[in-house]
Amino acid sequence: MNLHAVKAIYFFEMARTFRTLLQSIISPVISTALYFIVFGSAIGSRMVAIDGVSYGAFIVPGLIMLTVLMQSVTNASFGIYFPKFIGTIYEPLSAPVSYFEMLIGYVGAAATKSMIIGLIILATSFLFVPLQIAHPVWMVGFLALTCVSFSLLGFIIGICARNFEQLNLVPALIITPLVFLGGSFYSISMLPPFWQTATLFNPVVYLVSGFRWAFFDTADVAVTYSLLAIALFSLIFVVVIALIFKTGYRLKP
Amino acid sequence: MEKMISVQGLSKVYASGNIALDKVDLEIKKGEILALLGPNGAGKTTLISMICGLVNPSAGSVSVDGYDILTEYRAARRLIGLVPQEVALEPFEKVINTVQFSRGLFGFAPNNAYIEAVLKKLSLWDKRNTPIKELSGGMKRRVLIAKALSHEPRVLFLDEPTAGVDVELRKDMWQIVEELKADGVTIVLTTHYIEEAEALADRVGVISHGRILLVENKDQLMHQMGTKELTIHLQQPVEKLPDALAGYALRLAADKQSVIYSYDTNAERTGITGLLADLSGAGLLLRDLQTSQSSLEDIFVDLVKD
Ligand SMILES: Nc1ncnc2c1ncn2[C@@H]1O[C@H](COP(=O)(O)OP(=O)(O)OP(=O)(O)O)[C@@H](O)[C@H]1O
Ligand SMILES: [Mg+2]
Repeated sequence: MNLHAVKAIYFFEMARTFRTLLQSIISPVISTALYFIVFGSAIGSRMVAIDGVSYGAFIVPGLIMLTVLMQSVTNASFGIYFPKFIGTIYEPLSAPVSYFEMLIGYVGAAATKSMIIGLIILATSFLFVPLQIAHPVWMVGFLALTCVSFSLLGFIIGICARNFEQLNLVPALIITPLVFLGGSFYSISMLPPFWQTATLFNPVVYLVSGFRWAFFDTADVAVTYSLLAIALFSLIFVVVIALIFKTGYRLKP
Repeated sequence: MEKMISVQGLSKVYASGNIALDKVDLEIKKGEILALLGPNGAGKTTLISMICGLVNPSAGSVSVDGYDILTEYRAARRLIGLVPQEVALEPFEKVINTVQFSRGLFGFAPNNAYIEAVLKKLSLWDKRNTPIKELSGGMKRRVLIAKALSHEPRVLFLDEPTAGVDVELRKDMWQIVEELKADGVTIVLTTHYIEEAEALADRVGVISHGRILLVENKDQLMHQMGTKELTIHLQQPVEKLPDALAGYALRLAADKQSVIYSYDTNAERTGITGLLADLSGAGLLLRDLQTSQSSLEDIFVDLVKD
């Protein structure tokens, strides 16, 4: 194991993050505040509590998930796309670094960044709504697993993207709809029966449900399913990445 | 001498069907400087990229200091420093950070004293805290070299290190290459400047259309392939060369006042004595003589034209 290399990649990527940390934090914090004002205060005041949780508090886990999923995918895809784009990828590719070590460095840095942003949004939420976290350790665990799992997805996107447009396409076209339709702002039990079933094919449902369980001890689907779902996604992403690495797809001609 | 790099039957066919390298065999000795010459698109960068692990070989094998570049890539790559042809650097990062990054990437523990020495050698120490985007092109090239040297490589690949670099910096780089050689580093460089190969190389390889045409000791090459030209200035212009001299394949210069004789320096007899005797026998009076040896450049141009 080339630990020096893992550390080098990780901290080099984190340095990039810290150079632009303010930008990376301001936009999610502002949009979270806006969501709280619109959904939490304006609309939420007219909403009944869901499962005994006030609407303002109910949307907190979904809101965090929305940002964390987007951030994980964008950070990780950009993290690997940028060196490819400017050509500096030659260095890790010609170094005594295994693909696995590269993956830990790049994905670890991306996941750390989205984790930081997720925690900052959580802190912001406390300013707007009274919140209690039923299972704090699970909460952090779910957050971390989600960050890693979707940073893996971002890594795949970053390798496959041919240009910056494609890089933005997947988050906008896939992640946003999945998150909005994944029960971030409602309980899926509020949907008509057909859509309740259809929703179960949306992977994000499991993430939001599990995460919400960690906060309020109530869930749309059983927590074990949520954990299994995250494990399954991570596994699929890792297999795809292994295939990419094996063939050198889009990395080595 | 012991060999450092052994390339066997190495081929590369790009996805486009382009045969960039065609069954290349090459041995590079420990501690030597090998200059690879060849026209644009000859396959120089492709060859280097495959040895460094940036391009998947289509066929063949490479070992570096006995380590196979695919199965023992960690051991092989730790020995290699690469200065790529294209300048590729993280624009917002500081010079010293990217150089330290390279060292870590190659599995070496931080060593501030060594990095300082490298940066000083490359006159980058004063710029160590400057973001790379604020450096001039020549300085960026030096940062690339610093990164390649950051992990104390035993083999250094320099892919056109002096392209677009001014005369002074080029001389600086030659100096650095000489110093590395003195430290026992094996160096492979590609260049389009023949004078660079002439100044630095122990051996010269000529590559064209994906094939190595020759690899030869530089001095021997210039000696072997060097034809010399003898220019004979006459006292009086002549309209036509006397028939008696037909056997020498002389050329009459445009000014009609000098004749040029090409001969092989390695031949048993150069024919000069006979020529001079026959010239005076034909009644031509000599004013001056002058010889010139073909340079590596002439040899090179001769080889790759087809
Ligand atoms: N990634 C690639 N995909 C397809 N063809 C490529 C690729 N890289 C290089 N080639 C082709 O392979 C051949 C050899 O290119 P290479 O870059 O090795 O030449 P070179 O000798 O380094 O030339 P130069 O002196 O211009 O740097 C060229 O015909 C080039 O077009
Ligand atoms: Mg080249």
